[in-house]
Amino acid sequence: MNQRKKTIFWLAASALFLLAVAFLGYLWRDEALVTDFSRKNLAPCLKYPFGTDFMGRDMFVRTVTGLSLSIRLGVLTAAASAIFAGVMGIGAAVLGKAADSAITFLIDLVMGIPHILLLVLISYACGKGFWGVAVGITLTHWTSLARLIRGEVMQLKSSQYIQIAAKLGQSRLQIAGKHMLPHILPQFFTGLILLFPHAILHEASITFLGFGLSPEQPAIGVILSESMRYLAMGRWWLAAFPGALLMICVLLFRVLGESVCRLIDPGSVHE
Amino acid sequence: MKLEAKELSFRYQKGSRQILNHFSMTLESGERLGFAAPSGFGKTTLCKILAGYEKPDSGQVLIDGVPVQDIKGYCPVQLIWQHPELSVNPRWRMRQVLEEGGPVPERIMDGLGIERDWLNRYPSELSGGELQRFCIARALGEKTRFLLADEITTMLDLITQSQIWHFLLEEIEKREIGLLVVSHSGPLLDQICTRKVEMDQWT
Repeated sequence: MNQRKKTIFWLAASALFLLAVAFLGYLWRDEALVTDFSRKNLAPCLKYPFGTDFMGRDMFVRTVTGLSLSIRLGVLTAAASAIFAGVMGIGAAVLGKAADSAITFLIDLVMGIPHILLLVLISYACGKGFWGVAVGITLTHWTSLARLIRGEVMQLKSSQYIQIAAKLGQSRLQIAGKHMLPHILPQFFTGLILLFPHAILHEASITFLGFGLSPEQPAIGVILSESMRYLAMGRWWLAAFPGALLMICVLLFRVLGESVCRLIDPGSVHE
Repeated sequence: MKLEAKELSFRYQKGSRQILNHFSMTLESGERLGFAAPSGFGKTTLCKILAGYEKPDSGQVLIDGVPVQDIKGYCPVQLIWQHPELSVNPRWRMRQVLEEGGPVPERIMDGLGIERDWLNRYPSELSGGELQRFCIARALGEKTRFLLADEITTMLDLITQSQIWHFLLEEIEKREIGLLVVSHSGPLLDQICTRKVEMDQWT
């Protein structure tokens, strides 16, 4: 198996795992809310691999459901803010000086306000819950990627081969699609993937602060903050297993992103 | 056809050195003009202005009376740059690079010694000399009427240089393309050109 096939294998495996988690969690969304006091505070066993909590809820089901919500929220917000960043970055680079100064000012403005503060404000203004968190994360996370893409497009615009392309009769649209897009896409994917853990962790933190998802929802942030109270009593599994699964998901997203970048990059064709 | 530069003046920034000062020249179809000047005289800048990459501060570049900047689509004046590795998109395969300006006939590929095996490679897998052959082939599109060669064979060994120039001269003669050659090398210009512009004549 050469490097390229290995990359494709990892890409498929991680995508499959994440899809499975997202799908299973969606399937189990009712089961995750079931409380049963006859089975409360159980240690991990075959039937309940992650144990149960003080209300007798199956933690494995709850964790998968929470992660599924996180993955869906993470994908949605990461994609939305990456697309927003792409539009703003390209707009700043090609729409002339006035648009450039306006967008650069907006980037500095959003970056100048502490992340979590702006996130809380936007989430609260949008009525909290899933959509509040989604809009909040999208509007606070696009700036650094937008700045990166702006720089990249500006550099491409002045590069020799793109100037030559224009003289060879390529239209502006052709240059944008065939020359610029292949350069920007890897940056775009890397940015998108780096946004994903941010999105999940910010979702967890504003949920913890009470401005995000409601506490009865099986979100990974809620699960982790609840489990903190039981850690001192020796029930380590309530935090360890959900935490580990969250980490695996974030790492798999990284593998996913790196594999895509690798497959796009011409330097890796013969690896 | 006639490529005409009229009273060109140019400098990169206000207050910096005047690179061109009321410079004029003409190049006819089928003519081979040589430019020899030491480094820093603005040879590359002149080429960029003639091919429409840069706008002069004053003066005009005309092709049969039409300003070169007003030409849409494929430009009849094609510049071959000194650094081929910067002239090709690193993410494209060579076949796509070669055919960016339209299909390239077998005759040109054979004449420049482009091996078919190279077409499926990426630019990073070819040497500078190999890349330069692609850049030359690409600039020889059907609608090219004037060719500006800016130190195009500096990085090649002598045998390859002579192979490429032999082909280029033959091709240019056949198609009545006007050629402007920029080089440090006086003997090369003596061999190739029908007319030479000396450095002291042109600032």
